[in-house]
Amino acid sequence: MNGKPRLNIGAVRSSFAPWADPSAKPLVRFDQVTKRFGSETAVDAVSLDIYEGEFFALLGPSGCGKSTLMRMLAGFETPDLGRITLGGEDLAGRPPHLRPVNMMFQSYALFPHLTVAQNIAFGLRQQKKPKDEIAARVDEMLALVRLEGLAHRKPDQLSGGQKQRVALARAIAPKPRMLLLDEPLGALDRKLREETQFELMALQQRLGMTFLIVTHDQEEAMITADRIAVMRAGQLAQIGRPAEVYEAPNSRYVADFIGDVNLFEAKVTEDDGDIIRLVSPEAPDGLEAIEDDEIALGSTAWLAVRPEKMRVHLDPPPSGPNRLEGTVADIGYLGDWTTYLVELPGGRTIRAARANAARVVDRPVDWDDKVWLTFAPDSAVVLTR
Amino acid sequence: MRRGPSAFNIAAIVLGMGFLYLPIVLLVIYSFNESRLVTVWGGFSTRWYTSLFQNEQLLAAAWVTLRVAFVSATLATILGTLAALGLVRAGRFRGRTLFSSMTYAPLVMPEVILGLSLLLLFVSVGVARGFWTVMIAHTTLTLCYATVVVQARLVSFDEALEEAARDLGAPPWKAFTLVTLPNIAPAVAAAWMLAFTLSLDDLVIASFTSGPGATTLPIRIYSAVRLGVSPEINAISTLLIGLVATGVIAAYLLNMRRRTPGR
Repeated sequence: MNGKPRLNIGAVRSSFAPWADPSAKPLVRFDQVTKRFGSETAVDAVSLDIYEGEFFALLGPSGCGKSTLMRMLAGFETPDLGRITLGGEDLAGRPPHLRPVNMMFQSYALFPHLTVAQNIAFGLRQQKKPKDEIAARVDEMLALVRLEGLAHRKPDQLSGGQKQRVALARAIAPKPRMLLLDEPLGALDRKLREETQFELMALQQRLGMTFLIVTHDQEEAMITADRIAVMRAGQLAQIGRPAEVYEAPNSRYVADFIGDVNLFEAKVTEDDGDIIRLVSPEAPDGLEAIEDDEIALGSTAWLAVRPEKMRVHLDPPPSGPNRLEGTVADIGYLGDWTTYLVELPGGRTIRAARANAARVVDRPVDWDDKVWLTFAPDSAVVLTR
Repeated sequence: MRRGPSAFNIAAIVLGMGFLYLPIVLLVIYSFNESRLVTVWGGFSTRWYTSLFQNEQLLAAAWVTLRVAFVSATLATILGTLAALGLVRAGRFRGRTLFSSMTYAPLVMPEVILGLSLLLLFVSVGVARGFWTVMIAHTTLTLCYATVVVQARLVSFDEALEEAARDLGAPPWKAFTLVTLPNIAPAVAAAWMLAFTLSLDDLVIASFTSGPGATTLPIRIYSAVRLGVSPEINAISTLLIGLVATGVIAAYLLNMRRRTPGR
């Protein structure tokens, strides 16, 4: 399942895929990196390559080790085992101030006693750059993040969004080999966060800089990143393009963590190479999915179906596989989408989502309506773990 | 809804303040007394201030006191800042609780015991008592106060600031002086002021640890009072009160300015 996806999925920057090129040298390589805090293993033998010019996201719930992984790259934590190399050079024993990476902190960590311009100049001053060069670079950075008029403000005179941009400019100013962003948009409100996600992506493209972002927000990772590494309890659960991770998750954990998913526990009864048939007490008409990999007959597998791939019918569709019957238990109207919670006879609730493509609907689905749910065989993913 | 203080509140404040400050106010008023008799008002005059500045013994004692206070406050502030950094930054280490309680112990330890133990130490080591012994003793006394003041500020200091400085290419020592120190400076200054004023008016420890030639002002005043109160004592006490009050108020203001971002 980790091989080349047979299905053509999602939006991709298809011209950019250095990880698929065996001759490409990664910019950063984590090689079997392990970090323990006392008896707890925060990062467990993680191996990961990040390439020049890539926008890479580490995604996972809090405490999964993603921040620790980033802090080891910045030099604030030391790996117990394994190696981290940058441009082929081992970073072991190198203190943070001698590493050519800069970090944008979650709290922004702007120096409150310095002005915006002095904050941005801080890294350049440490590099002992000439005065006029520093001034020019600061102006350039202020223009980049559109804060030209605020050079002489102190951080406590800025709004949250402005602080975020100063922090970004300060980290970019010394031209690091790689920019590390620790939950960069966590403190912004929803509207601003969405805007900033696209800005961040455009900025990364313009600068051609390698970005590594740590986030627990799957939307943030999906929008911004070229590749996402989903982490779980110190280990990598899956690495892939956003669309791969979403449409071809390799485990129930990933399927469930990224987006919503309906999982059906089932027994494999037939595998004719292309189509796998399964039986589950929840689906009286049987289940069917398209799957390349061979799965042993009689073994237990899980069929994962995203809510938006479920179709809701008020009239019974022709009988056949992938057909479920239930009653509407709840309706969540989101404006652009409506989510239906459909209770199956067995008592479990299944999610189905529908885009509200039209303003007026002839026969709206109502609470307690009897409905049928169907999905196409190529909309379902068979998971074995 | 009633706003403002009630009659009971006002009475409580007047009584409390009177209890605290009446003696001091009386002393200040009588320092401007014309009469030689301390308790009899003979009209306004500044003659005791004039005669004070001709009293070389008192002036010498004041000079010793200022020097002791300056050096010991500086030392105590440096050591106290380092101790606070250790306590806040080092995280959990074996004996952390013991170490922090030992830092605070002099806050509650009777000064007589501290003075006596220092005296025993100096005698057993064989150090001649004088300026330096008083200075060391006062550093010991004020160190814990300085630690408490600086630590209170460090606890609310975002450590990510120092990490950001290091990340941007500043070696640890530069990160501390360029980022951490400017941000905790008000607390460090407040700690110095507090240590300075504590040293300035200490009598107990100084009388244990000072020797000939290093008589501090409080000792001089105390011994002068035993021979009979001269109005000069009132005058110098008034000056001392002014100095201590200035120090305490300055320390308070410096600490407040940081706590509430001025906007």
